[in-house]
Amino acid sequence: MSPLDDASSRNRRSGTIRLDLKLIADMVEPGSRVLDIGCGDGALLDFLVHEKGVDGRGIELSMDGVHTCVSHGLSVIQGDAETDLKDYPSGAFDYVILSQTLQAMRAPRTVLEELVRIGDRAIVSFPNFGYWRIRMALLWLGRMPVTERLGYEWYETPNIHFCTIKDFTSLCDRLDITIDRSVILGRDNRPTRLASADGIANFFGEQGVFMLRRNGKQG
Amino acid sequence: MNASIPFRQPPDVAEAAGSVSEGTNRRVVLGTDRPMRLDCGVELANFTVAYSTFGTLNADRSNAVMVCHALTGDHFVTDYHPVSGKPGWWSMLVGPGRPIDTDRYFVICSNVIGGCMGSIGPAETDPATGKPYGLGFPVITIADMVRAQKLLVDHLGIEKLFCVVGGSMGGMQVLQWAVSYPEHVFAALPIATAARHSAQNIAFHEVGRQAIMADPDWCGGDYLNQGVRPHRGLAVARMAAHITYLSEAALHRKFGRNLQNRQAVTYGFDADFQVESYLRHQGITFVDRFDANSYLYITRAMDYFDLAAEHGGVLANAFRVKDGPTPVRFCLTSFSSDWLFPTTESRAVVHALNAVAANVSFVEVATDKGHDAFLLDEPEFHQVVRGFLDGCAEHRGLTRRRAATA
Repeated sequence: MSPLDDASSRNRRSGTIRLDLKLIADMVEPGSRVLDIGCGDGALLDFLVHEKGVDGRGIELSMDGVHTCVSHGLSVIQGDAETDLKDYPSGAFDYVILSQTLQAMRAPRTVLEELVRIGDRAIVSFPNFGYWRIRMALLWLGRMPVTERLGYEWYETPNIHFCTIKDFTSLCDRLDITIDRSVILGRDNRPTRLASADGIANFFGEQGVFMLRRNGKQG
Repeated sequence: MNASIPFRQPPDVAEAAGSVSEGTNRRVVLGTDRPMRLDCGVELANFTVAYSTFGTLNADRSNAVMVCHALTGDHFVTDYHPVSGKPGWWSMLVGPGRPIDTDRYFVICSNVIGGCMGSIGPAETDPATGKPYGLGFPVITIADMVRAQKLLVDHLGIEKLFCVVGGSMGGMQVLQWAVSYPEHVFAALPIATAARHSAQNIAFHEVGRQAIMADPDWCGGDYLNQGVRPHRGLAVARMAAHITYLSEAALHRKFGRNLQNRQAVTYGFDADFQVESYLRHQGITFVDRFDANSYLYITRAMDYFDLAAEHGGVLANAFRVKDGPTPVRFCLTSFSSDWLFPTTESRAVVHALNAVAANVSFVEVATDKGHDAFLLDEPEFHQVVRGFLDGCAEHRGLTRRRAATA
């Protein structure tokens, strides 16, 4: 499962999908080659394959997730992004998606570099640790925040590398990764009008979705 | 030794598409136009292959599934075995409504060459001498087995297989099919297998072969002419191999240190323990249905298997077609307690396929049943097979014959 546990991310029968996943799906050209890393139960992948006709593959750590995906006819391997990404040739995919998984990586920086190597584009979404409710929880309660989207206690969370939107954009900058598009989501996964680099976005955004490419790749 | 097996004519290829019907234990003579060249250099002409088919070939011949059997398997994949009287070795997986659904797919399973259930092998009569081949039979490889299967598929008028599936040695054949004939295989489902036979596995096979050859009744491989059989050697080979198919956890659960029909150990070498008597039973029943020389030849074929070797030592190169990835859709499955073909072996194949950006799925099934799990009731595994085939069928445009399951 995704480190942000959400069992109902897609309703297979109605073909609907969670709003933030829909947002990612909207960024993907129909018919393209897509690798979804940490694809969980395959909700996004299933949507992309069946609604947008992509040639989709997935990597998932949990056995349950892989079983669900493969049993539903999706091409998914059981594996660890941090060890398996290096096998893929450069430019193997049009899009590499890392949805709500970056914060669970041991080496998020290396993973980011691999994403833009393997994919012409990488789409990365993550929960913003600079979100005001999280800041408030820490400030007022003095406790690690447990929110609807970050529903784990500190001692059991798979999320080990939290960052804020500002942290993320500055890392991209340092890695010479261009941010082509960014969407900041407020409460209920709804996109806001906030600009990504903005301190306001970092304060009011609950999560960010970014489309990246390695600097020098054609825009 | 196959005199008791009824011989039936192979189906007439001239039969219209869609009419290649169900039947078990057919035999066909292949290599009639042109001999088949083996890896060892020998040419086989007019050789027999025994096979079974289940289900119906559709009009555009796009629903054929080749099932490849393991070391001691045969083509009685889902029907009753003529010697043992037991249900077929994959009757849980192959049949109407089962994961490899014979209501939907046309299933072909052939006895490998070198085998002893009707295909040409060391126990068959050499037309040149009128006697059994024995050790005069050429050494065969996994690729040779697959070449013969390809001739069979051609004979049945099938241009492209929908899927090739098999476990263990059968999985080696699946990989070989995908590498030798990537344009003739839509999907490949190698289970509990490896792209090469490991040193440890070769070592176990050598123990088995030495057990057979150490039996005085083996007679240098000429036992059929001498009117004897190396029963004991073959039984020992089977006992040793059988241990490698299980796991400590499975053996412990089944037998522990329980004694066999007695209250105390006998301070002798009877089968005091249940596990001993189980293994002896495995050995004894095996010799009824298997030929010792076939065991030598087929284990050797597995030993020689190394897909990377013929591709410059780089496994990924085996899965390159021209400059792109193989068009075959793969799904690999391993079992967590399999120490004969451990998950790392499957993962090596997955990594090689990733390296060419091929379409691959991979599932490790958690079980304590060891290598044998691919032959046993493992619902998760069966679900994976069903799901993968369903997904591939959708891509291949194969319509469902029955209402879709959720």
